[in-house]
Amino acid sequence: MKAIITVLGTDKPGIIAETSACLYCYNLNILDITQTILSGYFTMVMMVDLSGMTCRFDEIIDELTRLGERLGLEIRMQRSEIFDAMHRL
Amino acid sequence: MLNTSEILATIDMIKEQKLDIRTITMGVSLLECAGEGAAEKIYDLVTRRAERLVTVGEEIEREFGIPIVNKRISVTPVALVLGEAEDPVRIALALDRAADATGVNFIGGYSALVQKSATRGDLRLIRSIPEALSRTEKVCSSVNVASTRAGVNMDAVKLMGEIIVETARLTADRDGLGCAKLVAFANAVEDNPFMAGAFHGVGEGDTAVNVGVSGPGVVKRALEAHRGEPFDVVAETIKKTAFRITRMGQLVAMEASKRLKAPFGIVDLSLAPTPAMGDSVAHILEEMGLERCGQHGTTAALMLLNDAVKKGGVMASSSVGGLSGAFIPLSEDIGMIDAARTGTLTLDKLEAMTCVCSVGLDMIAVPGDTPAATLSAILADEAAIGVVNQKTTAVRLIPVPGKGVGEWVEFGGLLGRAPIISVHPESAASFIARGGRIPAPINSLRN
Repeated sequence: MKAIITVLGTDKPGIIAETSACLYCYNLNILDITQTILSGYFTMVMMVDLSGMTCRFDEIIDELTRLGERLGLEIRMQRSEIFDAMHRL
Repeated sequence: MLNTSEILATIDMIKEQKLDIRTITMGVSLLECAGEGAAEKIYDLVTRRAERLVTVGEEIEREFGIPIVNKRISVTPVALVLGEAEDPVRIALALDRAADATGVNFIGGYSALVQKSATRGDLRLIRSIPEALSRTEKVCSSVNVASTRAGVNMDAVKLMGEIIVETARLTADRDGLGCAKLVAFANAVEDNPFMAGAFHGVGEGDTAVNVGVSGPGVVKRALEAHRGEPFDVVAETIKKTAFRITRMGQLVAMEASKRLKAPFGIVDLSLAPTPAMGDSVAHILEEMGLERCGQHGTTAALMLLNDAVKKGGVMASSSVGGLSGAFIPLSEDIGMIDAARTGTLTLDKLEAMTCVCSVGLDMIAVPGDTPAATLSAILADEAAIGVVNQKTTAVRLIPVPGKGVGEWVEFGGLLGRAPIISVHPESAASFIARGGRIPAPINSLRN
């Protein structure tokens, strides 16, 4: 099972470090990562593998939401199927 | 491989354009509860079958990051399981308790199918509707009064006018709110997940998971990129958008079906507006170039929208069903509310619009002193449109007690608010008093 993590907000040092550290805590493996600045907004998209996950899905969501609040960013994690369903035949 | 723009487009649809799963509705067959003591049996069965519905809905909502606005239950039309000595209102109360126990926000199926003729049980149920809706919070009721194969049961049409008036009277302290939970249908569908008209048809299995998707805001936003372009482009854009929305609905439906261990029924792709800004079907029509919904051109625009939505939907899922199309509930659509307020959108224009959209005269507030025969006549017109065009039509009118044309009524939440609009003052009493049946229409020589 895979999930997509999106991080949106104002750029600052440490976003990738903090997010990856959080994922590492729960043994989530980052499969792909891309980041860009879109109209002044920091935009990062990650694909992670959940097969080794050491907690429940919604615990990581809560953890990432808290991290987002602390860093002043919007962080989301969603199962990847929703993006495939909407954009792939 | 990551495609950032697609991922961000999806997130924007959910976050900014109010894309959501409007409802996961679990159908539960009550046929095994038929006969005496049905109320207790129904409560036990519904609470057992739908025990995990709300939990599963919330799990999916969180994992996929897509809002699931409502979790609901539909049941077999209660008239079919009503025992000879059973008080139908007891069943309504049992359904209401079951809705509370499972945490769903509506339970539909306090219904009777009388398109040709009514049984004693059907009549007892229909006559109990006003009391049932005034004594419950979450029970929704529907009556099918006509079909293309049977014609229009004018006795039932007459009775339903009276039932609507009585329901409004018994819920007068809440501006006739009971009527917002009561639908009269022609050609009712058996797998509709949307309230107030949902019921679990007799052709269905023990359970079914039906999902209703929405997203008027997404369609409007997609059209904004094509201002001034020909209608072919408009149709194509709507089709593609509907495809995406339905695929998401299908994914959620399959997942819910798996987790609930209940068979997947259908995805109903209906553009269902809410009173929130950016969630309006009327604004899609206005995006096509109309100054205001209800003006000349509205019917054509709605026809294109409804058709393109269906075409996109059927490509995305092989189990598209329910009502699939565009809804036009007046009090639930900010654009329609505005159009009614300024007088552009009238009952007559709404009737014309129902010829080409997926349902009917929906959530329309009319003066509280509207005679029952006039309501019946509006229902008869609407049923005629459905019967002759082989489509579902419905009437959900609220004669607001003590209020007149131009006054406002607030139903709150998704049911919204509306100005009361006028009905024709001429009497329909002699017409409706005839009763009997309007025969089924001929299906050849179509012009």
